[in-house]
Amino acid sequence: MRGERFVGLAAVFRRELGSYFSSPLGYIFLVIFLLASGYLTLSRDFGRFLELRQASLDPFFQYIPWLFVVLVPAVAMRLWAEERKSGTVELLLSLPVTLPGAYLGKFLAGWAFLGIALVLTWPVVYQVARLGDPDWGPIFTGYLACGLAAAAFLAVGLFFSALTQNQVVAFILGVAASVVFLLLGLPQSQQTVGQYFGGYTEELVTALSLVDHFSTLTRGLLSLGSVLFFVLFTVGWLLAGMLVLERTKAQ
Amino acid sequence: MEEPRQDSVETLVEVRDLTKHFGPIQAVDGISFSLRRGDVLGFLGPNGAGKTTAMKMITGFLEPDHGTVRVAGFEVAEDSLAVRRQIGYLPENAPAYGEMTVTGFLTFVARLRRLPDLSAAVDRAIGRTGLEGVREQSIETLSKGFKRRVGLAQALIHDPAVLILDEPTDGLDPNQKAVVHQLIGELAADTAIILSTHILEEVERVCNRAIVVSRGKILEDSTPAELIARTGNLTDTFRQITQGVAA
Repeated sequence: MRGERFVGLAAVFRRELGSYFSSPLGYIFLVIFLLASGYLTLSRDFGRFLELRQASLDPFFQYIPWLFVVLVPAVAMRLWAEERKSGTVELLLSLPVTLPGAYLGKFLAGWAFLGIALVLTWPVVYQVARLGDPDWGPIFTGYLACGLAAAAFLAVGLFFSALTQNQVVAFILGVAASVVFLLLGLPQSQQTVGQYFGGYTEELVTALSLVDHFSTLTRGLLSLGSVLFFVLFTVGWLLAGMLVLERTKAQ
Repeated sequence: MEEPRQDSVETLVEVRDLTKHFGPIQAVDGISFSLRRGDVLGFLGPNGAGKTTAMKMITGFLEPDHGTVRVAGFEVAEDSLAVRRQIGYLPENAPAYGEMTVTGFLTFVARLRRLPDLSAAVDRAIGRTGLEGVREQSIETLSKGFKRRVGLAQALIHDPAVLILDEPTDGLDPNQKAVVHQLIGELAADTAIILSTHILEEVERVCNRAIVVSRGKILEDSTPAELIARTGNLTDTFRQITQGVAA
């Protein structure tokens, strides 16, 4: 292989990113994401952005992981499941590409698409800057947290897309797994685990909690540990997905 | 018929003792053969004989349990990418990304193959397969015959040394078959072609070699003419070989 590990990445990336915009799915996703994130930010029952009268994006960032739980698996589900269902995986992986190249190309395309979705939330940034004098640190780390969380959930979704030929199954499994990782972040579940298993398990669950690392960053704390958590989480799921695809591609 | 020369440049495909099983099923069981430039090999056998699995191993999509494949001097196990660059492959049912246009899809393949001039390569492949009229149509809206031609265009876009075609005419009407046969005939001189089929007339028409496979083993490695001579027609010979039915 010798430096040829990611052959085909760029071409696969380009095709996949383009295909989000060649079907209605991509646009539907963007509209739903922007409406939902806007609603959650402004609603009196959720973010209470206006009532809080603070030049902070906390009401916006706070609900992003919960939106991602449902929406990111929708971005991920077709990436491999569709290739395997239609048989194009056989064509793709017989072309001069490596499996890691194709896999990462798809991952990065999905991530870039989610990045576009995040960039399109700029009006909320514009509004806090217009209405007040925000602290830019938490806004920067908050968007970083959103990007990292998107990568993490996307890696989970991609894993399940590689596991099954059925997009709907990939979506449901992706949502279920993502919900589990989010629930680990609730104080109730951390306490429950601590009570049942005792010892340091409560701390362990807290350390593995996506939400805790996410809110560390949105509070403006550029914690290396939290960034590393997301990176390792993502890389782990990507590697697992490649192993799965290697086994399932021929079925 | 001339004698096979031991000229390594002209030997484009060399398969030795290729073996693959899936669980308890022995899909391919010790297949060996070699092909020279100009050979058009008909890969014959009943459904489930292991033809597709063998082809997938030659293209590098599947890893063999053991055995070796050399394509144009490159070993699949050692340099799978170099082998893939030499091969054009039409998988069974000619899968393609349905939402893409013909031009978009071929451009993607040309880009993956790092061809120097993408649009020239795409235009040429479209010209050779007669896709000019549908080039901006999305692939999912095309008829079966056109879809198959898109698959062929994708397989020959980089002028490969070796073409591997898995049932290239399956489900096509006689006119569409004739188009594909003619194309294979045009490509035959410069390449080595492996085509799997269970349409026996196809072998008679386009192939100069024939291998009969059943249950993963090669039962016969010969020429179509020789197989026909044995019983008077290819169908009887095929049935005799694969089932042991006396003619």
